[in-house]
Amino acid sequence: MRSTQLVLQALLAAGLLAALWWLLDVTAANMAERGIRSGFDFLREPAGFAIGESLLPFDSGDSTLMALAAGLANTLRVALPAILISTLLGTLIGLGRLSTNLLLRGLCAAYVETLRNVPLLLQLLAWYFVVTDLLPLASEALQLTPHVFLSKSGLALPWPGGDSGLFDLPLRGEMGIVGGAALTPEFLALLLGLSLYTAAYVAETVRAGIQAVPRGQSDAALALGLTRVQLFRHVLLPQALRSIIPPLTNQHLSLTKNASLAVAIGYPDLVSVANTTLNQTGRATECIALIMAVYLILSLLTAWLSAWLERRSGRWAERS
Amino acid sequence: MNRIAASQAWLRRNLFSDAFSGLTTLLLLAAVLNWLPGLIDWMLLQAVFKADASACHAANHAGACWGVIAEKYRFILFGRYPHAEQWRPLLATALLLLVIVASGLRLLNRSSLLTTWALALPIFIMLMGGGSFGLTPIGSDQWGGLPLTLLLATMGMLLAFPLAIGVAIGRQSGLPLLRGLCTLYVELVRGVPLISVLFLASFLFPIILPQGFAIDVLLRVQAGIVLFAAAYLSETIRGGLQAVPSGQHDAAAALGLGHWQAMRWIILPQALRAVVPSMMNSAVSVFKDTSLVTVVSLYELTGSLSLALAGDAEWRSFYLEGYLFIGAIYWIGCYSMSQFSRGMESKVGAGGTAM
Repeated sequence: MRSTQLVLQALLAAGLLAALWWLLDVTAANMAERGIRSGFDFLREPAGFAIGESLLPFDSGDSTLMALAAGLANTLRVALPAILISTLLGTLIGLGRLSTNLLLRGLCAAYVETLRNVPLLLQLLAWYFVVTDLLPLASEALQLTPHVFLSKSGLALPWPGGDSGLFDLPLRGEMGIVGGAALTPEFLALLLGLSLYTAAYVAETVRAGIQAVPRGQSDAALALGLTRVQLFRHVLLPQALRSIIPPLTNQHLSLTKNASLAVAIGYPDLVSVANTTLNQTGRATECIALIMAVYLILSLLTAWLSAWLERRSGRWAERS
Repeated sequence: MNRIAASQAWLRRNLFSDAFSGLTTLLLLAAVLNWLPGLIDWMLLQAVFKADASACHAANHAGACWGVIAEKYRFILFGRYPHAEQWRPLLATALLLLVIVASGLRLLNRSSLLTTWALALPIFIMLMGGGSFGLTPIGSDQWGGLPLTLLLATMGMLLAFPLAIGVAIGRQSGLPLLRGLCTLYVELVRGVPLISVLFLASFLFPIILPQGFAIDVLLRVQAGIVLFAAAYLSETIRGGLQAVPSGQHDAAAALGLGHWQAMRWIILPQALRAVVPSMMNSAVSVFKDTSLVTVVSLYELTGSLSLALAGDAEWRSFYLEGYLFIGAIYWIGCYSMSQFSRGMESKVGAGGTAM
């Protein structure tokens, strides 16, 4: 039996090597014929294109590597707040689906069933269209609350810092809104789309996690005289968290991967910067390999974080 | 009298069980009553239903312009497919939908199921592509809209299924090399976004395939979708395989069944039956994911809407109505699949022979 296995493994390895050899051979021939150069040297050359918005200071004279780093920073800039918003909103909706109130339960179910069953790309395109086409011009911006303005040019918010006082406040100027922090329409549409879509999945995760706690637990806690809030805080939540956290981190990870749909609405995330680089340099293999490598690293980090959280929530459950 | 008391009890139980619940009900009712009239106004009362661009512009977004659908529905549904030949994608789509629904409702027994599918897919391709039976050949670069969405999703699922079973079994193999290879494939694909796999299919396949073996972009993207879907599907199936009690393996071995016989007749049927609902969820994802092929210039439903409106200054400002229209099509597809999966979930425990 062992020797058959060894022979099979050797055959498999030989087949694999042959396939790999043949693939590399064909690729090299194809690339030579089409005059495609290879290598990562383009990373050090000037990018030659501008990036619409960037957390890191960047201009077209900077290296391509810097451009990709700015893209990655932009991915994280939209993914992290979206993770926060979707988790909070999703938890509320998930709890709403378990409410004793029929109306609340129905509305939350309608939210989940609507958002989950329409492709995210379509939702992003629709949000982007609503922001850029249906909102008023910056000169007639909607004032949501004092110093928060919404218009075709995006959302203007007070931001810590500035010359006078604690916050830099946006104000109506002659040409539109001046001052404060401005969120571009691309960022806004992506943030909104990702958060609302993922919230539907988070809601289902939270609901399933709480429903997985045996019913006897609630009955016993209520019999002991715990209030509904105490029941939730000390009995349901600690037990539910254990089954919620692994699928929840999965949702966060898919949100980060879904942020790559930015390319469809022109937000300069990692994939869209890499796509521009690909079109300018023709280094398809390298650019796609870079995108995949970065996302794989993010996935590994998230998996590691999830395992750590699981251990912690286990300890927390034992304490409370 | 009794009925009034019963409805009062119902109201109290479902809407006013305590002060908090009552307050929630009132707040939500107020919000709904505040928004609903405006929504009905926009969707129906002030909406323009005729394909009349000037009437739509006159409404100035106070009412929906459903006229854009009346004007453009053929372009949205069938993309750039030649106008005079559009009965072909219509027929092909109807046929494929019929076969899918008939299979879902179990109107076909096992042998006629296989025959039907084996006939339906070639007929679909033949209707779309033409070239025989006196049909004008239409290149796949002109396919678009709903038939393309359906084709990508259906073929994606059908081809990913056997691959996923192979990979799931491979991950349990006694050969460390094979096991490692399957694990590498699954983790690699699940770790990256679909867009990067589509880029791979569209930019890299031409470079890594030998000259003269050029395959068109539709096939390449289809291959990308299959590879992506199979990775997720194989994890689902692996879960099913692990859920089969080890006693089943022992019993099969005791009956004298070999490894592959046991797998085929004992293990796989139970594993697959257990994960039918999760596999339906994968199908929903694949259906939604087909919208991404727009990014690599294939004009399925989402892409054909942009094609239909982007170049037309008269109708360009009514994208929202277009998005709602195709959103409704996606929604019907996804919702019926998830309802079907819920129906299966209750049947799964019931037993019976699956294969």
